[in-house]
Amino acid sequence: MSVTETVGQTPLEAASPFEMRVDLGKDVPETDVRSALKSGEIGFLHSFTTGSAVDGPGIRLVAWTTSCMFRCQYCHNPDTWTLSNGIPVPIEKAKEELRKYAPGLKAMHGGFTLSGGEPLMQSRFAVRLFAAAKEMGIHTAIETNGYYGDKLTDDELAYIDLVILDMKAFDPVQHKRVTGMDNAPVIEFCERLAHLKRPMWFRYVLVPGLTDVPEEMDRVAKFAASLGVVEKAEILPFHQMGRYKWERLGLDYKLAATTPPSNELVAEAVAIFRNAGLVAD
Amino acid sequence: MATTTLDRPKANGQSDPWTDFAPGLWNKEIDVRDFIQENYKPYYEDEKFLAGPTKRTLGIWKKLTDMFVEERKKGILDVSQIPSSITAHDAGYIDKKNEVIVGLQTDAPLKRAIMPNGGLRMVTSALEAFGYKPDAQVVEAFTKYRKTHNDGVFDAYTAEVRRCRSSHVLTGLPDSYGRGRIIGDYRRVALYGVDRLIERKKEEKDALDHEWSTDDIIRDREELSEQIRSLGELKEMAAKYGFDISGPARTAKEAVQWLYFGYLAGVKEQNGAAMSLGRVSTFLDIYFERDLDAGLITEEQAQEMIDDFVIKLRIVRFLRAPEYDALFAGDPTWVTESIGGVGDDGRPLVTKSSFRFLQTLYNLGPAPEPNLTIWYSPRLPEPFRRFSSKVAIDTSSIQFESDEIMRLVWGDDGAIACCVSPMAMGKQMQFFGARANLAKCMLYAINGGRDEMSGKQVAPATEPVQGDYLDFDDVLERFETTMDWLAGVYVSAMNAIHYMHDKYAYERIEMALHDYAPLRTMAFGIAGMSVVADSLSAIKYAKVKVKRDESGLITDYETEGEFPTFGNNDNRVDHLARWLVSTFMGKLRKYPTYRHARHTQSVLTITSNVVYGKATGNTPDGRRQGEPFAPGANPMHGRDSHGIHASAASVAKIPYRDAADGISLTTTLVPTGLGRTANDRITNLTSILDGFFGSTGYHMNINVLNRDTLLDAMDHPEKYPSLTIRVSGYAVNFVRLTREQQMDVINRTFHGA
Repeated sequence: MSVTETVGQTPLEAASPFEMRVDLGKDVPETDVRSALKSGEIGFLHSFTTGSAVDGPGIRLVAWTTSCMFRCQYCHNPDTWTLSNGIPVPIEKAKEELRKYAPGLKAMHGGFTLSGGEPLMQSRFAVRLFAAAKEMGIHTAIETNGYYGDKLTDDELAYIDLVILDMKAFDPVQHKRVTGMDNAPVIEFCERLAHLKRPMWFRYVLVPGLTDVPEEMDRVAKFAASLGVVEKAEILPFHQMGRYKWERLGLDYKLAATTPPSNELVAEAVAIFRNAGLVAD
Repeated sequence: MATTTLDRPKANGQSDPWTDFAPGLWNKEIDVRDFIQENYKPYYEDEKFLAGPTKRTLGIWKKLTDMFVEERKKGILDVSQIPSSITAHDAGYIDKKNEVIVGLQTDAPLKRAIMPNGGLRMVTSALEAFGYKPDAQVVEAFTKYRKTHNDGVFDAYTAEVRRCRSSHVLTGLPDSYGRGRIIGDYRRVALYGVDRLIERKKEEKDALDHEWSTDDIIRDREELSEQIRSLGELKEMAAKYGFDISGPARTAKEAVQWLYFGYLAGVKEQNGAAMSLGRVSTFLDIYFERDLDAGLITEEQAQEMIDDFVIKLRIVRFLRAPEYDALFAGDPTWVTESIGGVGDDGRPLVTKSSFRFLQTLYNLGPAPEPNLTIWYSPRLPEPFRRFSSKVAIDTSSIQFESDEIMRLVWGDDGAIACCVSPMAMGKQMQFFGARANLAKCMLYAINGGRDEMSGKQVAPATEPVQGDYLDFDDVLERFETTMDWLAGVYVSAMNAIHYMHDKYAYERIEMALHDYAPLRTMAFGIAGMSVVADSLSAIKYAKVKVKRDESGLITDYETEGEFPTFGNNDNRVDHLARWLVSTFMGKLRKYPTYRHARHTQSVLTITSNVVYGKATGNTPDGRRQGEPFAPGANPMHGRDSHGIHASAASVAKIPYRDAADGISLTTTLVPTGLGRTANDRITNLTSILDGFFGSTGYHMNINVLNRDTLLDAMDHPEKYPSLTIRVSGYAVNFVRLTREQQMDVINRTFHGA
């Protein structure tokens, strides 16, 4: 089956982002996948939505890509880890969809946010989409873990108005524990953005028993503050919305018994970031 | 037109009531708009000046809330069986010495009146439903000696109208109660005093002496005589409360009181489906500013007057049968007050009193009445837009409509009657009526005019659809023919209803507060827009197989394949919805109306979408028999999966020019879906409103929900089609989540709340 046929038959939107989506791109031949990744001609998306008020400033259109190099213990969408779970979307189709919303996004002081998965796993597709958005005069944001920051040139970074960096941990050991990966590239990317004076938001997922370590949060906060380009930090409380996906995908979910953090714990975390001199909520 | 007086009236020989007001055309003619434009002060700042409730306000309100509990228990608190009129009842009070603004519909609060002119059956069935025995003399009078609107209509209905009525392809025809949706310009009472208004009406009537006595002119003369009589009764009613309102109001308190007497006369005389207030806040602000400047009142007193006025508006009651309340959930009166908007000269019509009216939702707590409606424009001052958003988030009690669209069509002194029907104050009225169930109409087209549930032949018999699969062009052709027929029956029914309403239940006082020969619209309505659009989309883009019962009636459909659905900003189907609205409007326009009214149409169902759904069989979009329609112009429940921007964009494509009586969109959000902090939520809701009303969006109902509502949504998902919630970095449609996930959201979202 050709890519265009697949696209025609599968609705791009999921019933909800918590709908599990698997194998939607499995029929795309391996060679096509490779050339798509190289050219950015096709992107693999979990879904998209409009009217988001919490994925960057204003009211935004958000698209979620598939594929990620991290294996975060608290991931609520493990079905976005695998590229072939996403729907193959030609870049022209994605641009056309975005164009429909351009005037509204401007009127609502919002823009376009590419999230994931890890969007930079499909960096060529991401760059082409961001460039198109800028051409339409739309504000752009990326939600990224920062690991593949070096996939973007300085010129390409200029297409992205806001980098929302999801910092999993500062200590490399803790980072490895939470995500399974090293964080040196992430730190490097942050420093590069600081050097380029690119605006950033920081995010930190608060998981009781895993990431609620005050010293660790303090280091993340101080690092963020030291960059001088972080406009805001957001503490995201852990939740159990994604538990069933882990179960259905047959993955080993270590946080099955973890409960969401209390309001007090969230407030303490926010205070740590504020004490470091950041705007935080 | 007759000449008018140039003298400023003097009230009771005292000082000039118009002192300090800038003169203008309004001195010479009855022209409240001109008075406002010459005298109001736009307010560009924020809400910090507002005052909380006084002890007195809270005391009165407490008395009433205790009575509400009793009322809910019994259905109605009490009833007076004296047929209501402007002067039928003695003065009534909640707590005489503590009331700032006075006047009740009957002689006691929450005691309902009977208004048999609309229809005796409605009165007797309501009385019996609540355990009262109808007064024998009243029944005799209104059966033996006095004909009602209801009797008149049924004398004039055709067999076809009756068939459509009982099959529910036409539902909610105002043929047994007051039609409502007429707004008297109650401000005139305050600005001019009643004597001047009587004088003007006499001039209007005298001017007709030179006209030949045709049916129309005779009716106009009789109506003007009734209007003049009703103005006299208005004075008489005010006198019972110790007020002489023959001259203009001299103070802010008098202005509120005079204006309220005008409205009160309206709700004493008519049990209208919607008894809206108009656009009073900025008008009253001129009086408040004058008294504040003169040091006569404080901000606290100004707020207290508005609070007390709003309390009165919250206790307007009508006696209605339980079936009526099933159609329009609850006990609605639609005391709609239009707030904000921009004037023709570009100055916002926002004043401090616009804020004061909204403040009543904090001082008295949230409530559906009065139905506070913001005429929204991205051009309104930002502090007001933000305050409106804040009030919407905190109370879920206000609605928003496009000032930009309505002003262009109806001017900058318009008001909403009921929910979404705009009209120019004092210069325009509407003949309201019902909705055509277009989903059912489509099924009739497929079945050769037979009803899909009863099997009865309702529309003229044609050959039903042949073969196993529906063909788009074939269905469309049949549908057009059936809509043609239905439009004709509908206009015919409306003509009969409004002819009889004018004849037997004329709105004397409301029309006395209009100019002579106002612009009349006849407001038709449709239900099932998104069901039809999705069904046509299924027929066009998927394969729809029909299933017949033993009599050959098509009662079910099997759809193979995917098809786009309305509400996802996809033109393939959004254009079908557009086509439907414009096509049916075009067909309505072909049939002449009573009194040459201008045809309009609304895409609005309020809560009756549930009842329409109950009366409609399976539809080709996969909706099952009895399942509710989406409300108004909303996408069908669960089918708009791209978020609020996409669904609002689909709805904004419905052309206002073919739905000039309004296009309703209901949106439900939870606080966390709007942003992480209270300030973010206000900013983001304001942005959503700026976006929607900066394009062709017409109306948005905003619900911002609490925990109890979410629990209710778990059990009744059909009531919350677009309930959006945010969970960390994600937006979800609440009703699509599994029960377990919903519980998770509820426990987390409202954690500690």
